[in-house]
Amino acid sequence: MQAPLLHAILAGAGLCLAGTALTSAQTTRQAAPAASLRSAESFSTIANQRDRSVALFGEIGTVLQHPRCMNCHPATECPRQADAKRLHQPLVVRGKDGHGAPGLECATCHGKQNFDPARIPGDGHWALAPASMAWEGKSLGQICEQLKDPNRNGSRDLAAIVKHVTSDTLVLWAWNPGPGRVPAPGSNAQFGALMQAWVDTGAACPAS
Amino acid sequence: MVSLKVNGRTHSVDVDDDTPLLWAIRDNLGLTGTKFGCGVAQCGACTVFMDGKPLRSCVTPVSAVGDAEITTIEAISGKEVDAVQAAWTARDVPQCGYCQSGQVMSAVALLMENKKPSDGDIDLAMNGNLCRCATYVRIRAAIHDAARTLEG
Ligand code: FES
Ligand code: FES
Repeated sequence: MQAPLLHAILAGAGLCLAGTALTSAQTTRQAAPAASLRSAESFSTIANQRDRSVALFGEIGTVLQHPRCMNCHPATECPRQADAKRLHQPLVVRGKDGHGAPGLECATCHGKQNFDPARIPGDGHWALAPASMAWEGKSLGQICEQLKDPNRNGSRDLAAIVKHVTSDTLVLWAWNPGPGRVPAPGSNAQFGALMQAWVDTGAACPAS
Repeated sequence: MVSLKVNGRTHSVDVDDDTPLLWAIRDNLGLTGTKFGCGVAQCGACTVFMDGKPLRSCVTPVSAVGDAEITTIEAISGKEVDAVQAAWTARDVPQCGYCQSGQVMSAVALLMENKKPSDGDIDLAMNGNLCRCATYVRIRAAIHDAARTLEG
C-alpha cells in the first residue's frame, strides 16, 4: 500500500485554533498497552462517603480524559485523533448536528465498524459529542459538574448517565478502538461499576 | 461471493468480505473512473455515492455495503452533475486529472445539500479531496459557477 499523501490545506481553516503538526492519520507505531482501572471496591477503605465519591470520580476521570474519549469531546469545532490527540486529518468539523459538514460527514469515512486494514475506526453513530459536553481544556471538577448537569448532558439523570456509559455503542468503542490506538483504561464493566459506586456515594465532584 | 448493487445493476463479486469496495469496483467490475490514491481515507480519490451520500470506497469493506446502492463517477446523473460538469469544462479544472473524479463526486454531494455554498462551506466539504496539481482555486470557482447555474 502506498504511503498516505500528506496535505497542507489546513491553513486558513481557523476553526480548530491550536496549531498542530501536519501528520497522516495513519500511524505505524504500535499503541502502548492499555492502563488498568482500580476496582470500585478498592475505594471502600475511604471512610468518609463524600471523600470516597470524589476519589471514585478521580479514577473515572482517567477514562473521561483518555484520548479515546477526549478526542471527540473537543472545545473547538474540530475533533482530534490518535493517542497524541492531534487535530483530525483531514480537517473536519462538528457541523450542525455533530456529524460533520455537508459533503464531508463523519460517515463519509467512518463506517459502522472499525476497518482495521486501513485503521479507520467506526461505529453506527460516529459523531462528535455536543458542544455542551466539551471536555477539552476543562478540569476534572468542571467535567464532573458538566456531566451531572441535565441542561448540558442531554437531560439525563444520574441513572441515565450510568446507562449511557455502559450501553452506548460509541462509548463502548473506547475499549475496542482497533489496532494502533490504546483502549480506554480497564474495561467498560469496571468503568460502569465505578460510575455506579460514584452515584451511590452521592456523585460528589472534585474541587478542581 | 458478495452481491453489490452498482450503478443500477446487481453484481455477484468473488471477493472476501473485508475487501475494500474500491477494489471490487475497479478490479472486479472494471469501473476504473474511481481512483486509488492512498487507501486510508486521506485523499478522496476513491469517492463514490452510497445511497446518494459520498463514501470513501477504499475504507469501506464490501460487507458493509449490503443492499445499499453504489453509484460511481461513470453513472452519476442529475442537475447538480450537469452543472458541475459544465463548470468543470468551462474552467478547465483538471490538470493531470487523477483526483478529479473524487473532486467531482464531492462537489456534487455538496451542491445536493447546499445550493449556495460559501467559500468556507466549499473548503469544509472539499478538505478531504487532495489534488497533487493544486487545482483547488479552480475547483472552488467552478463550484461557485455550478451553484449559480443551479440557481437559474
Ligand atoms: S484512496 Fe480512498 S481516500 Fe485516498
Ligand atoms: S488534477 Fe492532478 S491530482 Fe488533481
